[in-house]
Amino acid sequence: MEGIQLATQVTPWLASGRTLFLLIHLLGITGFAYIVAMRLVPLLRAQRDLRFDRPLARVGKVLKFGLAQWKHPRYRVAGILHIFIFAGFICLVIRAFYVLIVGVSENFVMPGLSGEAGHVYNIITDYSATVVFLCMVIAIVRRLVFKPARYAVPEKFGKAHTADAVFLLALIAVLMLADSLFSAARAAGQAQQGQTVEVLAAWSLPWMLKSLLASSSLSALKDVYFGAYLLHEVTFYFLLCYRPFGIQFHVETSLFNLYFAKLERGTVKPVRYGVSDEHLDQVKSFGVKTFEDFTWKHMLDFYSCADCGRCSDNCPANAVGRPLSPRFITTKARDYAFQHYPMFGKSTNHQPLIGNLYSEDEIWSCTTCGACEEECPLLVEYIDKIVDLRRGMIDDGNVPQSLQKPLKALESRGNPYGKLEKKRADWANAKEFRQTCPVKTLDGKNHADTLYFVDSVTSYDDRMQSIGRATAKILDHVGENFGILGAAEKDSGHEVRRFGEETLFMALRDHNVDAIKASGAKRIVTADPHAFNALKHDYKDLPPVEHISQVIASELKSGKIKFNAVENVDDVYTYHDPCYLGRHNQIYDDPRNVLDAIPGLKRVEMSRSRDRSFCCGGGGLAMFYEPKEEERMGVKRVRMAAEAGANVIVTACPFCMVNIEDAIKVAGMEGKMTAIDLAELTEKQMMRESPVVETKGTVEIQQESVAGR
Amino acid sequence: MEILVCARRVPDTSENEITLNSAGNDIERDELVYSVNEPDNYAVEEALQIVAKAGGNVTVVTVGGEDDEEILRREMAMGAHHGVLISDEAFSGSDGRGIATILKTFVQKGNYDLVLTGVQAEDGGAQVGGMLAAMLDYPFASLVNSIEVLDGRKLKIGREIAGGNREISEIDLPCVLSIQTGINEPRYVGMRGIRAVASVPIPTYGVSELGIDPGAVGEAAARVKRVDYFLPQLGKGAEMLEGSREEVIDKLVELVAAKGGLK
Amino acid sequence: MARIFAYIVHKGGVADDSAAELAAAARKIDATGSPTAVVTGWGAELDTVCNALRGSYTEVWKIANESLAYPNAELVRKSLVKVLPAGSVVLVSHEHFGIDLAPGLSVKMNAAFVSDVLGIEGSEDSHLKVVRQEFGGQVSAHVDCDISSGAVVTVRPGAFKPLENVPAGGSLIDKSADVGALTAGRRYLQTVVAESGDVDITQHSVLVSIGRGIQEKDNVAMAQELADAMGAALSCSRPVVDAKWLDKSRQVGSSGKTVKPKVYLACGISGAFQHLVGIKGNPFIVAINKNPKAPIFQVADVGIVDDLLEFLPELTNKIREMHNVPAKRTA
Repeated sequence: MEGIQLATQVTPWLASGRTLFLLIHLLGITGFAYIVAMRLVPLLRAQRDLRFDRPLARVGKVLKFGLAQWKHPRYRVAGILHIFIFAGFICLVIRAFYVLIVGVSENFVMPGLSGEAGHVYNIITDYSATVVFLCMVIAIVRRLVFKPARYAVPEKFGKAHTADAVFLLALIAVLMLADSLFSAARAAGQAQQGQTVEVLAAWSLPWMLKSLLASSSLSALKDVYFGAYLLHEVTFYFLLCYRPFGIQFHVETSLFNLYFAKLERGTVKPVRYGVSDEHLDQVKSFGVKTFEDFTWKHMLDFYSCADCGRCSDNCPANAVGRPLSPRFITTKARDYAFQHYPMFGKSTNHQPLIGNLYSEDEIWSCTTCGACEEECPLLVEYIDKIVDLRRGMIDDGNVPQSLQKPLKALESRGNPYGKLEKKRADWANAKEFRQTCPVKTLDGKNHADTLYFVDSVTSYDDRMQSIGRATAKILDHVGENFGILGAAEKDSGHEVRRFGEETLFMALRDHNVDAIKASGAKRIVTADPHAFNALKHDYKDLPPVEHISQVIASELKSGKIKFNAVENVDDVYTYHDPCYLGRHNQIYDDPRNVLDAIPGLKRVEMSRSRDRSFCCGGGGLAMFYEPKEEERMGVKRVRMAAEAGANVIVTACPFCMVNIEDAIKVAGMEGKMTAIDLAELTEKQMMRESPVVETKGTVEIQQESVAGR
Repeated sequence: MEILVCARRVPDTSENEITLNSAGNDIERDELVYSVNEPDNYAVEEALQIVAKAGGNVTVVTVGGEDDEEILRREMAMGAHHGVLISDEAFSGSDGRGIATILKTFVQKGNYDLVLTGVQAEDGGAQVGGMLAAMLDYPFASLVNSIEVLDGRKLKIGREIAGGNREISEIDLPCVLSIQTGINEPRYVGMRGIRAVASVPIPTYGVSELGIDPGAVGEAAARVKRVDYFLPQLGKGAEMLEGSREEVIDKLVELVAAKGGLK
Repeated sequence: MARIFAYIVHKGGVADDSAAELAAAARKIDATGSPTAVVTGWGAELDTVCNALRGSYTEVWKIANESLAYPNAELVRKSLVKVLPAGSVVLVSHEHFGIDLAPGLSVKMNAAFVSDVLGIEGSEDSHLKVVRQEFGGQVSAHVDCDISSGAVVTVRPGAFKPLENVPAGGSLIDKSADVGALTAGRRYLQTVVAESGDVDITQHSVLVSIGRGIQEKDNVAMAQELADAMGAALSCSRPVVDAKWLDKSRQVGSSGKTVKPKVYLACGISGAFQHLVGIKGNPFIVAINKNPKAPIFQVADVGIVDDLLEFLPELTNKIREMHNVPAKRTA
């Protein structure tokens, strides 16, 4: 053996294996290419998805959520582990290429990494390999010993995924080990032969292995070197080809998935991308009924899921024992794809998804709260898929009986209760209220710049009507020239759309858009976050929309609203973020600022707040249909408030109010917990001009009489 | 199996508040929402389920005018194969027997194995099905809440009787059945489905197509006529019962019995 | 004035309560005449019924035929058509048998038909004036019926109070021979008795409905007893289902079922909007609640402020007394 002078010059120890290594390269690369090609097949058959716009914004997402691993630390331990692993992988990429090439081209030097740069890089990679290896060990221990709850697989969804996870983690550890052994053996060999030794980072894995090998014979080192190289190459290619068969496929697909992630918030995908509303009747089938009805991006989502369970861990439906667990929506679909689009042979029979892969109740269980999407580090989308599956069920006439009535009522009366249109503005006619705060209807005779869009719950539910009155009083107090649409207003259709009845939604939307345009209003205010979200994201070409909490917050700044001190200083308040105000529209601070501006008001934060707020259960026509569950979401939420030490829950959504007040009764906490809407509280605490006429917010509750009386 | 379902368009009782008009001679019809009579909808769903298993066609027929076409379309959006409108000036003002007479001539024009009606409509008559069967000399069963097709031109049916019990009988085809709500879970018909059948042609049958004697139907032939509508006594808020518990119970029992609350 | 017949249903040798009601209704049609009871059946049970009816009808026609042992509307109709004179007015109770029998009978007798009558104003010039309800009881209507060729009238159960003084000692006439052999295209097989899980509250015209005021699962039984005594079904509001004291199929409300009863007893129910929205058709609502300020009192027809747990058993006993069922001891 000739002595080698330069550390970067490869020894001829690998020479004998050159053909073998080349063969493995070829097999590995062609295998991987074939596998990826087969994985792309279903995507080619899928529905289109328009994700090629706004490249800068998309790159931004890749940088934020990919490179900066933005969402990972939400689960501290696993998040930090993953950041290290990811960083380690990034550092090791170039090294990996180098090691692979070295087996066939012995004198290979990575361009740009000869000399000093190369040394520095090698130090980095030594530590990277060590860190990754350690993380693997920790991860395996977590899986086997600590068993975090979110990884568990409920019986109905099959066997635990632990074995597979541990196997993959172990393989990566082996890869790091092989790589380190490779470096260690070479360094040891160089030392023994008196050559310049490639410096190994102190206390790194290769460094430690080198000390173990220090006393081995040269021929032993040669074998270890060769063996480590082979092990590395085989493990590398095995992992490369194995990853597309499981959760680790996210290594390849994640950056793409982040790039193609949804850019708009709060809205639902159209029935068919590229098909305008007017041409929808040409579409033969609405929604997702078979696997191929998903878009290619949704299929990419299925591939990209890392099975981390964070979505299901935050899903309120899952928490109350409903059949839905978002994680398994994805993994079941992925397994379906793998099974029905095999590596060899034709794609097999395409069954309907509902009834085979998913149960109806599983899909009806979702309240569209968005907690899953908020949590997912890979930006996997759920709401669009569930809405699409619902569209498919509705297209087939498969709607739970208890929901057919409100849908029919929405069609004929424009509200889910079936109440008369002409009574929609009755909330404003309560005797006392009408005298102090007349609300005008923008019917062509009356005009105003601001439209207060009330929506159905506030208009008809006799408890929620007080939110309407409070909101009107606030607008009146700040001198806003406003009006309502009255009987011309129909339900915003927000829940209808997320329920999957797109045609009915479009009818409601078109009617409302015409009415809003006819009113001439230049600004829209609403106290209902569902209406807010619909008007802002589902409707197009409307004047700007604000939620009442935003209005109150800005009028606090302007000084038009000042607050009196709270009556009872012992009350402890907590704010419950409504899903469609908070998570979907990211309005977290305005309502809190309003509460904090009330003198003497003690406020605490629940452990699940802001973007981790726990849904009250009100979304998706949930007031008319409940899947089987162990406990109600509202009840869980009310208990959370009590745990935080509060006895008053403040919310800013009539759906939330319905569920929370109900839950207080069901949980047996009447007398210990009360709920109040932000608008009601504001109206109650607002300092009025004249000191004499201090209406203490005694609002007359108007009973909706049983039909016929 | 050729199945005919006789349906009717009625003011939807759950989405309307029924009040008298200002003249006091009819209910206020201006803002009424109409839909297919609920038991008739269950009948169509049942018919669709039967032909899904046994093969055949479902035809939905209604006696009325142009406005009534919409329920035919709705049932066709649900899956009915044919919709037929029976309309003629001569038919207006018919009482239940008149309607049954009209339907009888239509049934005899076709070759139906099974004729279904809903148990009753908004007027609570519960008559057309039974009358139709007697006119056709077909066997009849009312309040049917289960149907099973047997071999040999027979059905096994369940009827709803007192106490939630079910009376099981065998009935020969062809027959007439009046269907009770709850027999099945009707499939949902969305706006999209209804739009899809919006322009399907619907044949109209009048006096000449049916070959019916106009003297036998219509207002002149009607023996039962509604004279007016009026509102029953209304109460404002609850009448609170006072007195000892025994007195209260006595009074309550009397009131409830008068309303038909005791069996 | 045409002859008036009352078709009497019976079970287990006992005539139905409607027998007395039909007699009262007949009196309203013709104040001077007396109706004839018509009974079909077979064997000793039929005889017992006929004899008992002689105590309240001046004439009782018995039609005994083995094929009529179980009441089959088609066979009954065929027998009545053979026996009843043309132009008669036939009264039938508007319940599951009457609904089956009456319309077809009116066709075969070429008589007019009017159903579910709850008031009779009298007859004049062969025109009978009656009161009916439409739209699930939301409106009443005056109806004119031409009875010159006879009529078949079904009468709402409980609408006519039995007469105080009834003519006793009626005569029994056996019309069985006039009937002959009877065949029908429909044959009775069996009766399937309902299990409590089979109850469809949307089909019941009388509901006893409980809310959280029932307080405990053990108390649900006392509400069920009241329902049984009244021939009603037990329903509830949502909290009762959440507590798993009753099945979800019993829930009335926006996320439960929509019901259209004639009578609704709201026991311990506060009257929340989501519950009330499930009650349609303007029923007679009785509210029993400890809290005089409960919103239910705004929509009820009759209100009682009392302790539910004491009130219900006493009410149940009173009703049982009326039906001559021995009262259970209240705890």
